[in-house]
Amino acid sequence: MTTLGQAALWSLVAVPAVAGALLALGRRAERAAAPASLAVAAASVVLSLVVAVTQPAVSVPFLAGARFELTVDGLGAVVLPMLTVVTLLVLLAAAGEIHRSKARFHGLMLLFAASAALTVTAGTLPTLLFAWEIMGAASYALIGFWWRDADRVSAGLTAFVTTRAADVGLYLAAGAALAGGAGLALADLPASSPGWRHLAAAGILAAALGKAAQLPVSFWLSRAMAGPSPVSALLHSAAMVAMGGYLLLRVQPLLAATGWAAPTTMWVGAATALLLGAVAVAQRDLKQLLAASTAAQLGFVVLAAGAGAVAGGAAHMVAHAATKALLFLAAGAWLSALGTKQLAGLRAVVARWRLVGWSATVGALALAGIPPLSLWATKDVILARALDQSPWLYAVGLAASALSAAYAGKMLVIIWRRVPADEQADVDAHQHGEQKGSGRISGLEQAPLVVLAVGAAYSGLLALPPLGATVSAAVGRPGEFRLSLIELAVSGAIALAIVLAVARRPVPEPRWALRWLGMETAAQVLVVRPTLRCAEALARFDDRVLDRAVTGLAGAVLKLSRQAGPFDDRVLDRGVELASTGVVHVAQRAARVDDRWLDGAVEALAAGMRRLGQLARRPQSGQLYQYYQQAVVVLVVAVVVLVVLG
Amino acid sequence: MLSVIVFLPLVAAAALVALPRLGDRLARWAWVAVAAVDLALIVILWARYDTPPAGGLAFAQQVDWIPGVNSSYHIGVDGLSLPLVAMTAVIFLACAVYALRERHRPRGHAALFLFLQTVSLGLFVAADLILFFVFFDLSIVGMYFVIAGWGHGNRAHSALKFFLYTFLGSLALLVGFIGLYVAAEPHTFDMPTLAAATPLAARPLAGGLVLAAILLGLAVKTPTVPFHTWLPPAHTDAPAVGSAVLAGVLLKMGTYGFVRIAMPMLPQAWRAWAWVIIAVGVVSVIYGALVALAQTNLKRMVAYTSVNHMGYIVLAVGVAGLVAGDTMQARTVAVTGAVTQMVSHGLITAALFLLAGVLRERAGTDDMHDYGGLAAPAPVFATLFAVGAFAALGLPAFSGFIAEFQIFTGSIAAAPATAVAVLGILITAALFLRALQRVFTGETRGKSIGFTDLRAGERWSIGALLLLSLVIGVLPRPLLQVIEPAARTVVGLLGR
Repeated sequence: MTTLGQAALWSLVAVPAVAGALLALGRRAERAAAPASLAVAAASVVLSLVVAVTQPAVSVPFLAGARFELTVDGLGAVVLPMLTVVTLLVLLAAAGEIHRSKARFHGLMLLFAASAALTVTAGTLPTLLFAWEIMGAASYALIGFWWRDADRVSAGLTAFVTTRAADVGLYLAAGAALAGGAGLALADLPASSPGWRHLAAAGILAAALGKAAQLPVSFWLSRAMAGPSPVSALLHSAAMVAMGGYLLLRVQPLLAATGWAAPTTMWVGAATALLLGAVAVAQRDLKQLLAASTAAQLGFVVLAAGAGAVAGGAAHMVAHAATKALLFLAAGAWLSALGTKQLAGLRAVVARWRLVGWSATVGALALAGIPPLSLWATKDVILARALDQSPWLYAVGLAASALSAAYAGKMLVIIWRRVPADEQADVDAHQHGEQKGSGRISGLEQAPLVVLAVGAAYSGLLALPPLGATVSAAVGRPGEFRLSLIELAVSGAIALAIVLAVARRPVPEPRWALRWLGMETAAQVLVVRPTLRCAEALARFDDRVLDRAVTGLAGAVLKLSRQAGPFDDRVLDRGVELASTGVVHVAQRAARVDDRWLDGAVEALAAGMRRLGQLARRPQSGQLYQYYQQAVVVLVVAVVVLVVLG
Repeated sequence: MLSVIVFLPLVAAAALVALPRLGDRLARWAWVAVAAVDLALIVILWARYDTPPAGGLAFAQQVDWIPGVNSSYHIGVDGLSLPLVAMTAVIFLACAVYALRERHRPRGHAALFLFLQTVSLGLFVAADLILFFVFFDLSIVGMYFVIAGWGHGNRAHSALKFFLYTFLGSLALLVGFIGLYVAAEPHTFDMPTLAAATPLAARPLAGGLVLAAILLGLAVKTPTVPFHTWLPPAHTDAPAVGSAVLAGVLLKMGTYGFVRIAMPMLPQAWRAWAWVIIAVGVVSVIYGALVALAQTNLKRMVAYTSVNHMGYIVLAVGVAGLVAGDTMQARTVAVTGAVTQMVSHGLITAALFLLAGVLRERAGTDDMHDYGGLAAPAPVFATLFAVGAFAALGLPAFSGFIAEFQIFTGSIAAAPATAVAVLGILITAALFLRALQRVFTGETRGKSIGFTDLRAGERWSIGALLLLSLVIGVLPRPLLQVIEPAARTVVGLLGR
């Protein structure tokens, strides 16, 4: 059984990864792409059920001090099947919607599915980061899928760079874990040394908040709506963005161990749920409304992680995934059929495609928190836990759920309320405004909606008795779901009241909310532009100062050598010339000296010698007695010298 | 066997020069064949490699060379050099395949690159400082002729700048080597002997000066800020294969010098200077990335990212010098990451320069503003460039992630302040995606119109480099198993 589970776990990641890479790079499989990817997705559903039951763990050595580890715990067992089922349904809808570059599309989606499965099961930080960043890259490639529109590619860039800025936190966390001494396994992080534990928690928190599009970086999710609708349905609601919340649920013990991280998480989640709820209410574009709502709903999951409601958070995540995938697919179907996602162009659209309309209605009602649909129950489980923490937190949460009723109600009113005859022209004017609508919605696009609608309606059972007890036990939190009937009734009543109120009079659409709180502008002004300015300034510095300094130095050497030339000519050469002239002068002088003095001296010497010679000749008279006299004199002198000196 | 691997390309180069009647076509294919045989021999070598004992070398060979100064022909490989030897052979083979369409004096071209291959392989296996220095300088000479002979643009100027700058750097290196020689008792240039003896251990001033000379020489070659300004013009004006070899192989000679010479032979001075080295590394990371962000010329941009990527290596080897009892594991991880980064950067940047060369070859310009929507006429080119860009920005599943993850975790664990370098991966992400967007997406315009997609030789050479990066990224163990013991040895030597 374990071997089967382990093989299934490896396959769950490896099969879609290999198939996805082949499809994305191969390009020769346009026809086979959709069937192949659906087959892989269907197999993944089976595999995920196997691993959810067997809960295996596998690992191989990876980097020094860290293994590549996949492990399925109770939380993973709840989330994995949701992930694979939503993936299959979204791919089914995409098979009906995406008609060009199918191989690339399905390949990238499968690559994403593999990385999402790896994210859910990652047991160590390197494994998590490995999967985490590939999800981001897949998101980039899928947002910019229609690459001929520069704007869509640029939206992908914004999403990737923003989430990667948050991912830096995971690198910090890994460094902290290595230094903290407890190893790089996620489960061991709470045991690392206290100082490092803070850094690890901060890093993971940053990465998770970035991915979950929480404040203050939610804006990337708005830009991400430039991607195809199936991408928004899978990556930007059900799976990738949700992984931010999932990660926080997984490391909840670490957050709790630091003292500050859990409350921070809680309040960031609550603030996002509230503010992005307000943003969603103000939107006029259906996908933008749904995107803001995604960030807001994940705010509840993040709140749950901070408040320790792990099972509640997991249930909310699953219910939200079904609901939001449904709504995004409906929005996509309408977009491809009518050519618009503006709310003004979608008025009374239910009348045109009944099945799509009714499914979307179920989704919207669930989103509004209307009893007995899913999000009503899962959200209240979280809010009950929030009340234990602080009444203020509960109040913020309640206000946020009122806002979700408001934006869901706004959508419901748009798609249901009949258009007066004199306004029909306005509605028609919006159609085909963004792309050319096909005027039809295929069966492939409709079928998944029905399944998801069932999920959106009933997944709330995960948080209600009797299934709730099983779920909370599986997640390792037995008895977490303590529901008070009063709270359930209050939130249900509020949701109903708000939806009815919205039906009566239109909601306000303040500019600050319409523009997503100005977050992207702030990021542009505070981060992007200064960085680019700084880069340009440094590039100028590099060219004009640093490079010129080197060139200048080389030039100086060259100049020096050039100046050495004249020096050579003027100084050295002249010196030599001067010296030689000097020598000539000296020589001439010497010649004169030679003539006058030396020669004279020589001649004088010679004359002296002559005279001496004449003098010497005198004794040589030839007379013998004179010689004897001279000899006696010499002898006497010699004897005297000898006597005196001796 | 190691000598055969090193000198086989040189013999082939000599044969190419000696046989002028050899056809151009035959010369090109001869280059490919010799590079392939050399790589096959290295694969066999790798298969037979057993990690040598600490401080020792595998497949070592020592023959007297200049006995008067105790310098010998001493070669061998260990976990630091074997990966670089293999990477060198891979890059040269990729260049040989890429250059199958070279029309300008292909015989001389092939001979020159075969010569460069011997020089590069020889440097990485050298276990004697004089031998190392000879190969170091010959690489400069070889690359000078590559740029001056087959480059474009202002090639004479760029080649001369490259030559003078790196040659002056090598003189500083020589001064350092002589310092080591003089300090050692008995005098020797033998690397393992010097590493075992640490000749300047007791003389901090002299040790610092010798280290400064060696660091200066290596910093110019690596290059680190502020000694990097020869790199962008050299890359811009070099031919594609020249850029690939320059960035992929020649830059590693600098970083390899850190782990092979400076750290084991001058551990005390290295520890004393560790923070300076770390600072240079961090500045190179951030500065290189920011300046790259502002470039509009693709080759210049990639050149500056090399400064950034080399900065990670300098950072990691600097951190290794912060010796403290409980950070041994972290510092080993950092050094392992640094050596992995040498291999990874070689593969990825070589691929990027070959890709950039395609732009220049087809449309005569590297300026990104001259292109747009290139993915329409050249989908294979766009795909490979996208893969290369993501690999270069450190995406997991590619070798860059394995390297950078280890460098960051090791560095942060040993010195939390170095966390600022992580911003480098953020800026590189932005700049590569901007380049990708600029050149390949949007409406097809400018020089993109009528652009021919990659041909078979270009596909295979670039694809193979990126595939290898992918294999290392997914299955890093075979590589890390070789590097880790050597990294542990280096960190251990630093602790003396």
